[in-house]
Amino acid sequence: MKTSNLVSKYHVLFLIILLFLIAFPFVADSRTLTILFTQIFIFSILAMSYDILLGYTGIVSFGHAMFFGIGAYATAILLNTFEPTIGVFIGSIAVGIVLSGFVSFLVGLLTLRLKSHFFAMLTLAISGLLLVVAEKWRTVTKGNDGFTFRAPDIFKDRIVFYFCVLACLVIVFLILRRFVQSPLGRLLIAVRENEQRTRSLGFKTLHYKVIASVVAGVIASLAGSLYAVSLRFVNTSVMAMDITLDALLMTIIGGVGTLVGPIVGSVVIEFAQHYLSGLARDFPIFERWIIFFGIIYILAVIFFPKGIVGSILQALSKWKSKHEDRKIFALEKDKEHSP
Amino acid sequence: MMESLLKLHNIQTHIGQFHILQGIQFEARVGEVSVLLGRNGAGKTTTLKTIMGLTPASSGSITFLNEEISKKPTYEIANTGIGYVPEDQGIFAQLTVEENIKVAMRKETSEAFERQEYVLTLFPDLKKFWKKAGGNLSGGQKQMLAMARAFVNDSKLLLIDEPSKGLAPIVVEKVMEAIMEMKKRTTIVLVEQNFFMASRIGDTFTLIDDGRTVHTGAMNELISDDAMKHKYLGIG
Repeated sequence: MKTSNLVSKYHVLFLIILLFLIAFPFVADSRTLTILFTQIFIFSILAMSYDILLGYTGIVSFGHAMFFGIGAYATAILLNTFEPTIGVFIGSIAVGIVLSGFVSFLVGLLTLRLKSHFFAMLTLAISGLLLVVAEKWRTVTKGNDGFTFRAPDIFKDRIVFYFCVLACLVIVFLILRRFVQSPLGRLLIAVRENEQRTRSLGFKTLHYKVIASVVAGVIASLAGSLYAVSLRFVNTSVMAMDITLDALLMTIIGGVGTLVGPIVGSVVIEFAQHYLSGLARDFPIFERWIIFFGIIYILAVIFFPKGIVGSILQALSKWKSKHEDRKIFALEKDKEHSP
Repeated sequence: MMESLLKLHNIQTHIGQFHILQGIQFEARVGEVSVLLGRNGAGKTTTLKTIMGLTPASSGSITFLNEEISKKPTYEIANTGIGYVPEDQGIFAQLTVEENIKVAMRKETSEAFERQEYVLTLFPDLKKFWKKAGGNLSGGQKQMLAMARAFVNDSKLLLIDEPSKGLAPIVVEKVMEAIMEMKKRTTIVLVEQNFFMASRIGDTFTLIDDGRTVHTGAMNELISDDAMKHKYLGIG
């Protein structure tokens, strides 16, 4: 009974936030904030995909941006080549997803046999390789200069695009939540906590790690497609290490292995980036806003080592555990004293 | 004589540059509890890990159900029907008791659920803390969960590493009773420092010293041989 109450409380909170986000563009007449929220939604999708790797499977990847980049380039190139219609946009997302799925499958199969730090280094190398390919293959990518392209007309209205990205975020969140709560998701947690033990229970852990890698790659590609359309411009920066670091920090600050945490992390980081850099107009010291940004990171890691959501969930879990223990012992005492 | 289930012949295991097992021989027969005994660092835990393929043997043979398993990867060895309860229990801290057991259940068959019910009768505490995270359990409860998790599959052989380690005497008693019950359904290879517990549960013993098998026989022989106990276990 208690659990169902708790679940319904989460549902109510989820609905309140969703209603707020739906009403937001109509209530707040701020183009800047609408664009900022759109960016937050896109990076939330990327950070959630990274959480599948880091938080649920314990895989540290320094090359996650390559999938984001594949999605961004697939969409940008196809919208630039063909008439920019919704059909081409959806088709370009599909192409990005298929390509990312294939690359993440190959990369996973080749690298996930390695120990975590070797894997991390190899993903960095492969991602670097793709970045060089993107820079040198100028006929297709226009190299580091990049290119602008036309988005489907319907997205000229920023609010329509805002709702499109919000819908993607909600759908991805629900799908990933289902995924992590499934037996497969539980197995991924087992792999993260003790891979050797999971193997000795009879599971070939490589298979499950590759599945996690493909799921994460595919979702990152979707985020990349949306990101390209939001800017209507793409260059090689979509494959840069900065994108992976952003996803990593959003996940760590929000709380690894929580799925909600990366969303909170992207809200914190995007707002901090936006406002700290904005303060430079009034306070010149904030021209070096990146230093303050660094301080926020350090403080967050010191005071919330499990991330914001992770720390809250840990406290709740401890409280619940103590509460349940007390209830069990009280029930046992009652049994002993009953005639 | 009962049928042989597991046979180790001249097992040599290296960990890095160290030559840990230097000739382990022993046999576990169907329905018996075989106890591996020896001082700390003798190679008992490594023997179990070698059987599971976690520290693969450099040479020698391990046959299980007449099949050579020493070159197989860990997950395949587990799938041949060997359950393993490691020394550190290896509980998945973030998963609940229920999820820990469900993860271990490779196939959710009616037999698996029957075994689950059976282990819950052996360890009623687990039922009480069914929705509790593994990391929030006490040491004894973790040990029970680790054993339940290994037993929930159709394991023909259970390897249990120091189940009494760090537990209160009353909990050790419970664990011992549970192993006696499990013995009715499966074959067990037990590593145990607590000689009192080992002697009560074990049918046969294998003494390991410096990575070598030095004696093997019926447990009663060891119980009555004070000189051997003193020499290899430092008791008696």
